[in-house]
Amino acid sequence: MARPIGTYSKPGSSKANKTGSWRTEKPVFLHDKCTDCRICVIVCPDGIIFGADKIYDPDYDYCKGCGICAKECPVDDIKMVPEVR
Amino acid sequence: MRNLETSTEKAPKPKKEKEPVVEWLLAAGHRACSGCGEALGAKLVMDAAGPNTYVATATGCLEVFSTPYPESAWRMPWIHSLFENSAAVASGIEASLIAQGRDKDVNIIAQGGDGGTADIGIGCLSGMLERGHNILYVCYDNEAYMNTGVQRSGLTPFDARTSTSPSGKLSWGNKTNKKDLPAIAAAHHIPYVATATVGYPNDLMAKVKKALSIRGPKYIQVHVPCPLGWIHPSDMTIEVAKLAVLTGLIPIYEMENGVVTKVRKIGKNRRPAEEYLKVQGRFRHLFAKGADAEEELEKIRQIAEANIKRFGLV
Ligand SMILES: Cc1ncc(C[n+]2csc(CCOP(=O)(O)OP(=O)(O)O)c2C)c(N)n1
Ligand code: SF4
Ligand code: SF4
Ligand SMILES: [Mg+2]
Repeated sequence: MARPIGTYSKPGSSKANKTGSWRTEKPVFLHDKCTDCRICVIVCPDGIIFGADKIYDPDYDYCKGCGICAKECPVDDIKMVPEVR
Repeated sequence: MRNLETSTEKAPKPKKEKEPVVEWLLAAGHRACSGCGEALGAKLVMDAAGPNTYVATATGCLEVFSTPYPESAWRMPWIHSLFENSAAVASGIEASLIAQGRDKDVNIIAQGGDGGTADIGIGCLSGMLERGHNILYVCYDNEAYMNTGVQRSGLTPFDARTSTSPSGKLSWGNKTNKKDLPAIAAAHHIPYVATATVGYPNDLMAKVKKALSIRGPKYIQVHVPCPLGWIHPSDMTIEVAKLAVLTGLIPIYEMENGVVTKVRKIGKNRRPAEEYLKVQGRFRHLFAKGADAEEELEKIRQIAEANIKRFGLV
């Protein structure tokens, strides 16, 4: 019988770990001046921005609140606010 | 491979709510620090390569943050090698696929950090390049051994403060300039060598696609800011990466068959070296009150100047 050597994991199973609890600040997408450039989608290190047609939002289950999306948005349509729980 | 246009320029429409605009091949939930440039770099490289890619990853932050047992953030065949041998493990993957007749229409990527690539793994990398494997090696250059607490590597820049190149009365930080690893890779007579940065994501993804379209060994070195080790705010990752390029300190170029064929010009957008240094805590000692660092700053300006001349950046 073939036996696996070492350990193995399911692809993408890291999603079990909700990194959203790390946040001290959170990005709020204003849905006002968005031009649909999707720079936020590309630059988010965690790849968790969803939506379509100028309405984008972060998946707060995973968003770490790094603020890159807000900083890189060319039309300032994302604001960072303190996380209150 | 994924459709070239959709993933770099405009991402495809999402299928259902809360599904990310792009289902990135590096899944969320990984433990990279908030704002990690290496996580962003790997996310972009994997998406450019597409799901038909075998990946061997050296020990380092990238491996540690993506695969705490029993989880994995990777959505493609992925293996953790040792710290020093991702190039050798990928070479074995290629040999095995060829032997099984399964080497068509698949990509093989070996990857690691700057420590795993430029220092401890340089022998395995050299062997892989020399033997002519059809593999892309990606080095994520965050300019120190981050996962073990920011020790200097051969790719740490001049005067950067790390835990093994501290600044103080007798030292301005790291005494050496970055090892010219792209040139060392090119000296193996390989068809494609490129430098890239997360500061320019589309350029990075285009280079990965181009590299994978070429047969033989390829080497790409990606500059990836580390907010923890470089000591900058997490939202500054892209900005810091761009400043590295615009100051001339990190030249972005392609080499084909040993010849530089393309450079990212900085032209009139050129910035003084200090603009890059000042936003990072690892260079703070150069600007401390009473620090007489003009001579050191001049040495760093000269490094930028030499890059600008060598690659014709302005
Ligand atoms: C042979 C060996 N020596 C040392 C280590 C400890 N170690 C694990 S990760 C690491 C640093 C990795 O640095 P780098 O390759 O630059 O990747 P980064 O963490 O910066 O992304 C070290 C020294 C090891 N795992 N194996
Ligand atoms: S704050 Fe950071 S993790 Fe959250 S959505 Fe923006 S870029 Fe992604
Ligand atoms: S220490 Fe640096 S490279 Fe490692 S996960 Fe954190 S930001 Fe990324
Ligand atoms: Mg490193």
